[in-house]
Amino acid sequence: MSSPLAAPLVEIRGVSKRYGAVQANDVVDLSLYGGEVHALLGENGAGKSTLSRILYGFTRPDSGEIFLNGKAVDVHSPREARSHRIGMVFQNFMLIPALSVLENIALFLTDLPAVLRPEAVGKRIFEFGERFGLTVNPHAPVRQLSVGDRQKVEILKLLLAEARILIFDEPTKVLAPHEVDALFRVFAALKAEGFAILFITHKLREVIRCADRITVMRQGRVVGGFGSGQADVETLVTMMFGERGEIGATRQAGATRRPAEARPILELRGASSHATGSETPLRGLELSIAAGEIVGVAGVSGSGQKELGDLILGLRSLSAGSKWFCGANASSWSIARMRESGVAFVPEDPLVMAAVGGMSVRENLSLGTGRRYRSGVRLDWSALEATMNQSFEALAFPIPPLDPPIGALSGGNLQRVVIAREMAHEPKLIVALYPTRGLDVRSAASLRHLLRRARDGGSGVLLISEDLDELAEMTDRLLVLFGGALVGAFSRGAWQPEEVGHLMTGSKEVNVA
Amino acid sequence: MPEGGLTAVLRRSTALRTTVRHCGIGVGALLMFAAILLAAGKDPLKAYVDTFHYTLANSYGFSELLVRMTPLLLAAVAVALPARLGLINVGGEGQLYMGAFMASAGAFLLPTAPRLILLPFVAFMGFMGGAIWAAIPGILRAAKLVNETISTLLLNYVAPLIVSYFVFGLWRASENSAYPQSSPFPDAALLPSFFNTRIHAGLLIAVVALLAYWLLLEKTRWGVDMRAIGGNAEAAQRLGIPVPAWIVTALAVGGGFAGLAGMGEAMGIAGRLRQGLSPGYGFAGFLIAWLAGGRPLGIVFMAFLFAIITSAGDTLQMTQGVPYAVVNILLAMILFIVLARRSAGGTSK
Ligand SMILES: Nc1ncnc2c1ncn2[C@@H]1O[C@H](COP(=O)(O)OP(=O)(O)OP(=O)(O)O)[C@@H](O)[C@H]1O
Ligand SMILES: [Mg+2]
Repeated sequence: MSSPLAAPLVEIRGVSKRYGAVQANDVVDLSLYGGEVHALLGENGAGKSTLSRILYGFTRPDSGEIFLNGKAVDVHSPREARSHRIGMVFQNFMLIPALSVLENIALFLTDLPAVLRPEAVGKRIFEFGERFGLTVNPHAPVRQLSVGDRQKVEILKLLLAEARILIFDEPTKVLAPHEVDALFRVFAALKAEGFAILFITHKLREVIRCADRITVMRQGRVVGGFGSGQADVETLVTMMFGERGEIGATRQAGATRRPAEARPILELRGASSHATGSETPLRGLELSIAAGEIVGVAGVSGSGQKELGDLILGLRSLSAGSKWFCGANASSWSIARMRESGVAFVPEDPLVMAAVGGMSVRENLSLGTGRRYRSGVRLDWSALEATMNQSFEALAFPIPPLDPPIGALSGGNLQRVVIAREMAHEPKLIVALYPTRGLDVRSAASLRHLLRRARDGGSGVLLISEDLDELAEMTDRLLVLFGGALVGAFSRGAWQPEEVGHLMTGSKEVNVA
Repeated sequence: MPEGGLTAVLRRSTALRTTVRHCGIGVGALLMFAAILLAAGKDPLKAYVDTFHYTLANSYGFSELLVRMTPLLLAAVAVALPARLGLINVGGEGQLYMGAFMASAGAFLLPTAPRLILLPFVAFMGFMGGAIWAAIPGILRAAKLVNETISTLLLNYVAPLIVSYFVFGLWRASENSAYPQSSPFPDAALLPSFFNTRIHAGLLIAVVALLAYWLLLEKTRWGVDMRAIGGNAEAAQRLGIPVPAWIVTALAVGGGFAGLAGMGEAMGIAGRLRQGLSPGYGFAGFLIAWLAGGRPLGIVFMAFLFAIITSAGDTLQMTQGVPYAVVNILLAMILFIVLARRSAGGTSK
């Protein structure tokens, strides 16, 4: 626990950073004490990542200072930050998949002798692993590890490099619930040994669970702080957005129409696909999504979610079975044809799968719109903008500046652009993988609202998620995917989290209608 | 694309910075080359003065620069266009040869056709020669079989052999067989030249090609698709852009431009098909496109520089008895300076 008497390990004083018209950080003060988990909250684009990048020397502030143990230091580069014992766990893990855990960690360590002594590194990995609950097999190649284990490797890297101040930018975004629990146990162990942890997240319940102190940012400024136990979800939300919002996880009614009577939008009949490398083959999927229903797919990551999405999109071909879209055999349709027929697709990783980082937001909004905005050899940019503006409005998302490259947007703002683009043309089928990842609570709520509205308007929705709460709230039917096969099906409200959990991990086989 | 005033100014200022940078590279390389000439006991000042005298100082020299620039510009576009999709076309030389070859075939096929028909036909054939030659690696790459860098490179060694086969065989000149060259093309197949110089219609084609390249990428919806592929091929594919088709198309169109360069050398300069019709224009085009970062004005500037440097080689050989190959030192030095500046400057986005 942080004692008020102790001096802070790090103090950020008056840091400002401007990007074009955006004041990403506006005279920000923040201090981190040893032995505390300090949560940094704020809406999408509030400046959290910018602040953490400044602390890690990735970004230079326009003004302001950083004090370490009371001394002003200049952190020009991540290398320098590491020498000041500041470490950062990145969203996109910086690991080399083909190398083993041990090799990856050794590569990161600068204090090692030129000739690598694997036993020594291995021993330290083991020691730290035991001490902080970070057990991974040091000889396993990283490509075989789950997301949670990769994150452990990232943390081990920092610990072996003797970091004392650890920055986590949305570490729980890609984790399954049990992995989140494991991460929080690691936080607790680190805290007990006096590490300082800066923890950025959008999941408020997590924050209330594990943070000792909370700082809230809005539009680049720090707008408030709380100690442990001083804040509840509502207070935090009010502070984050500067107003009261209808955000609570309201359990809405299910579909009004009975799906059985509605015509199917998408059907998979015995659909299978081959897999290469670390992919999961799909095995004989029977799936039907009717107009006016939200079908959820639960499963631990790597159970075939990505493959299922790609199969529907048309990226992956069927090795057996067939795919039907609105009554037509779509087994061999191209991606372009699927999309033009009314399939919207929100993939799991927008910057890799749905956006071109170096192109402007405007150009990115035009990608994948098919022939809709063609006008001679050019695109009708004003018609495109008009439609997209409407889509942003329908989602209650703020419209971002259109000229800068999309790669410069904050994680949540990027996700919003992709969602707005995909929802712009009244899709018949919406396939969404973890669509609320990285969105602040308000944006997540308005996306859920829009998905329900689309459902009520007769669209079919396939919602793939690891978050059982979200699935419980949203879906009319829930399917469970395990090892590339559908191993369970439940109608709304007719399932217990434990039962689904067992199915997700393959510890039980049930046959349900 | 609509643009605010601010971005327009920013763009222009980056263009300005690029120009300044290019000039810096040029001056730096010239200074270092002077040092080398000095070390070799030659007079660098005289060398530069001579070069200036034979190139920029009089209209004949200047016209020869433009003649040299013609194939260089086209060969550079041949590289720059596929590069926007992330494709590396090192096969400009082979595509150039195939363009010349197919254009010659066209000329020999319709020897009696009127100029109004034959000229466009020959140009079309030249374009197709290069396009087909580049489409082969394009198809192999689109099918994920062979990397285009390797296959375009290897095809460079095949194309000149095809040309040789014909100039030594079927098309060999009957009047004087000392040279491996074809008999002359019919007059109607020859590109018109201007101002009593060797500047020929190929220069117009090159300028149009450069303009078309810029318009295509920056102003059309196809350009958006192509840049999307270059920026993130996976996302492009997922968004329904037909990536394999674009790979083949971009390489083929690029190759077509190189083919036009070959056509220009055959129909505009030599008047017949020759074995060694290009002293490496295709390779130079690669360097030019790469040094210019694919920017049209940069390509013009770099092609101009290359034309001067290669002319300098000829001049030095004549006036100072330095072998022509020394200009390769100068070229290599420019390359090094650019490389060093790129890596030192970092990838500032
Ligand atoms: N390199 C950059 N260039 C231009 N603008 C930037 C850059 N980095 C950040 N911004 C802008 O600064 C603002 C703050 O971004 P930041 O990434 O810090 O937000 P965040 O609080 O992490 O949001 P999120 O919750 O969405 O991740 C955003 O409006 C973003 O678009
Ligand atoms: Mg962020």
